[in-house]
Amino acid sequence: MGEIVFVGLGLHDEMGISLRGLKELETADSVFMELYTSLMPEFSVKNFQKISGKKLHMILRQELEEESGETVLKAAETGKAVLLVPGDPLIATTHVALRIHAEKLGVRTRIVHGASILSAVIGLSGLHNYKFGKSVTIPLASGVSSETPYEVIAQNRRLGLHTLCLLDIDVTENRYLKIREGLKLLLQIEEKRKENIVTMDTLVVGVARAGSNNPQVKASFLRDLLRCDFGGPPHSIIFPGKLHFMEAEALIAFADAPENLREASE
Amino acid sequence: MPKFKQTADILGLMGKKEDIRNIGIIAHIDHGKTTMTDSLLAEAGLLSPKIAGEARALDYLEEEQKRGITIKTANISLLHEMEDRPYVINLIDTPGHVDFTGKVTRALRAIDGAVVVVDAVEEVMVQTETVTRQALEERVKPVLFINKVDRLIKELRLNPNEIQNKLVRIVRDFNNLIDIYGEPEFKEKWKVDPAKETVAFGSALHKWGFTLSMAQKKGIKFSDIIDAYKKGEYQKLPELLPLHSAILDMAVKNLPNPIEAQRYRIMKVWKGEMDSEIGKAMLNCDDNGPTVMCITLAQMDPHAGLVATGRLFSGLMEEGCRVYLVNASKGYRVQQVSMYMGAFREVVGKIAAGNIAAVLGLDLARAGETIIDVEHKDAMYPFERIKYVSEPVVTIAVEPKHPRELPRLVDAMNRLSIEDPNLVTTVNKETGEYLLSGMGELHLEIAVKFLRDYGGGIDITTSRPIVVYRESVPGEGVVAMAKSPNKHSRFWIQVEPLQEKIIKMIEKGDIAEEMGRKRIGTILYKEAKWPTQEARNVWALDEHRNMIIDLTKGVQYLREAREMILAGFRWACQSGPLCEEPMRGLKIKLLDVKLHEDPVHRGPAQIMPAVRRAILGSFLTADPVILEPIYKIGLSVSAQWVGESSSVITRKRGRIISSQQRGALTNVTGYIPVAETFGLSAEMRSATSGHAFWQCTFDHWEKAPENVAAEVIKQIRERRGLSPDIPSPKKFIDEA
Repeated sequence: MGEIVFVGLGLHDEMGISLRGLKELETADSVFMELYTSLMPEFSVKNFQKISGKKLHMILRQELEEESGETVLKAAETGKAVLLVPGDPLIATTHVALRIHAEKLGVRTRIVHGASILSAVIGLSGLHNYKFGKSVTIPLASGVSSETPYEVIAQNRRLGLHTLCLLDIDVTENRYLKIREGLKLLLQIEEKRKENIVTMDTLVVGVARAGSNNPQVKASFLRDLLRCDFGGPPHSIIFPGKLHFMEAEALIAFADAPENLREASE
Repeated sequence: MPKFKQTADILGLMGKKEDIRNIGIIAHIDHGKTTMTDSLLAEAGLLSPKIAGEARALDYLEEEQKRGITIKTANISLLHEMEDRPYVINLIDTPGHVDFTGKVTRALRAIDGAVVVVDAVEEVMVQTETVTRQALEERVKPVLFINKVDRLIKELRLNPNEIQNKLVRIVRDFNNLIDIYGEPEFKEKWKVDPAKETVAFGSALHKWGFTLSMAQKKGIKFSDIIDAYKKGEYQKLPELLPLHSAILDMAVKNLPNPIEAQRYRIMKVWKGEMDSEIGKAMLNCDDNGPTVMCITLAQMDPHAGLVATGRLFSGLMEEGCRVYLVNASKGYRVQQVSMYMGAFREVVGKIAAGNIAAVLGLDLARAGETIIDVEHKDAMYPFERIKYVSEPVVTIAVEPKHPRELPRLVDAMNRLSIEDPNLVTTVNKETGEYLLSGMGELHLEIAVKFLRDYGGGIDITTSRPIVVYRESVPGEGVVAMAKSPNKHSRFWIQVEPLQEKIIKMIEKGDIAEEMGRKRIGTILYKEAKWPTQEARNVWALDEHRNMIIDLTKGVQYLREAREMILAGFRWACQSGPLCEEPMRGLKIKLLDVKLHEDPVHRGPAQIMPAVRRAILGSFLTADPVILEPIYKIGLSVSAQWVGESSSVITRKRGRIISSQQRGALTNVTGYIPVAETFGLSAEMRSATSGHAFWQCTFDHWEKAPENVAAEVIKQIRERRGLSPDIPSPKKFIDEA
């Protein structure tokens, strides 16, 4: 019996993988890669193959989900299969299913971590990791829009906690949600629910291209962020809860937040 | 006789509701309904009296004239004077052919009374029974016209005694129908009786007719009529006993005006609250109430666009007024209001409650739609979905001979599907086939003819007709669990058969999705004795009489997943696992659900397939069966051919349920699988030397015998390019 090693690709481009990850590739019998759970806009498959010296098998959502990862499992029956995943591999919850399934079949699994969007966005914003509540993804609009993101922001705010909102992507149709669109979807829900959770005066932090050489971070009131151009993907949003004074300082220093934020902090 | 000022005259009268009658003429095919209608039109000054009887004014489509049967329902308003008082008769013509019975039902909604035409020679036939039953179900009051009495005299040469016996028998048989199908409240009052002027006799072709009192008043005896024929002087009869006086007098005296009728009909045709403002306005046929109209017919006019015709139950329909279509959820400004004169519409600007109106400018209006004053749109409960007795059970594929004509074919198909709700047009995305489903071979033949005409004479090739089947279960399946593709959401579902009683209630419209959960719950609890929890939690019904019930408790985010679960339910029901035919009559219980925490991981792409798989999985463990469509066949044949024709039916897996001698003819009734009826014409003709007349109507679905089912599944799977084996439940049920 072989094994599956889940290797994180880190963020943004082919330079995000760890040395440990590269080392795992050297001894791999087959290398699979999925690029549908996150956007890695600058990732060059060609360069990566040059760096790693391995041929990559691109794998689709359908193969991992509907076919329960049969191709990967088959490769792992006799040898060592590496599955390359953007970010930190098991932060994409979907791969937990494959890992459980593999262990049930007697295939060993290991993880090589990578930098995650979760820590990158939090780090860039200067907000304290300890003060985040549940995170949530805002889905691309399709018919009825989910009110869950709105509810999660409300729940966290009641406890004084920050909310990290990831924005949905659709790799097959090459669509991704922008910060402005995400905010507008939330405003639509506000319109309906009128609970004063997401308004024009709500403080919001927008983060674009975390993990790249030119990330962009901007904290301001929602009305200002609607006018702000964040450039290329990926985009994320943070709804801060209660601010510690160090957090306020960081937002002013790194995210161009209005000066009067200091008084607003505790 | 009123002539050209007629439109203005009628318009003035439309406000006087006591003097309005909304009536229809219904009959078995070829019993003479259209001929009679034309005589009435002629007298109203719309056609010269000379050509009525041959021209058939209402059969304005070329197709109808060629085949001599009426296909499109048309409307007309005409003026009738009785005892120097003018009345407006809004007359709705309805088709007599069985394949188009859905249109009869639709027309019935708009009318309060019906003249049922029965051929004196053929007597009460299958279709007489069908249309009378439907009329009674919609609380439409019938009167009887016994037509073709001339043939009893001239052709059958019956003596007065024999004629009388025959007429008495027809009246008795007809009253028998009222006894069987009438509601207890009405049936005694509504039985017809020559002495009470609710029966007329005559010949539509020769344009004479009479009721007993009319004949008495004029001092004419039946023997005088016989004499007139013997002496060849029957041309005098129309002057002595004009048909239109007999029929229209009978209608005016015995059939209700809209004020009387709406008082007891609204609760039958509308399921909203009678105490509400809208309910009261309709019960009172109130011009000052909110505008409420039920569309009974939508037609595409090449110049005017969509013309929606229907009955105005309350308020005024006025040019420029703002209305709302309840099912389409769309508001409009009415562009034009008109009334009917034969095949033509006359623009009138305004029509009052209780009348039939034609409205332009409502592009999404379809037969069965509810129009409401836009101010009252939120308070309006739509008219129940107009229920059809017939379901499309036969399908053909159509394609243009020249591929470049495909866009025209598609346009024509769209237009036809707007006009004929009994016709289902679909595109098979996998094979690229354009499919037409209808109620029988003839219905489809005529539809194809329309496609040719609407497409500007395009050449169309058609496939062999294919029968439509259903998949169902006789008992309960296991509780099946299926996971979403990402394995992070799980659904537990169990399938069982819906009781036959409930299916019937859905078909009759007594249970409909738009009633809302509470009212459906009350009905299921009281009428079907369902446990409270099941009764109260019906989520949805689909077009194939399947029901999904939510029996979960306290599942977080279920509200957000609901629409996707329902989409999965509808998807599953569209195409069963045996051979991808629709599933029918299932009670689908959603027992438990576990969902992923994050909304993007529980989107439609995750939930729909999981729900579908759980349904199909449970279905396959319940010993599923194939249901085949069964026609009721009614056959008239002279005694010597009864044996031969019956054995044609039984040879084709049919069964005979009754056989009744009616004069020289015997009426045989039976059931026959639709699949066995292709080629029935040829066999029946050769077995009876062409002496049998018959017609088939879709009656019900029935479990196909096992050997037949196996063959059907094999053939359909092959046709659809599926693997020969029915999938095992394991393919759809996941392990925890």
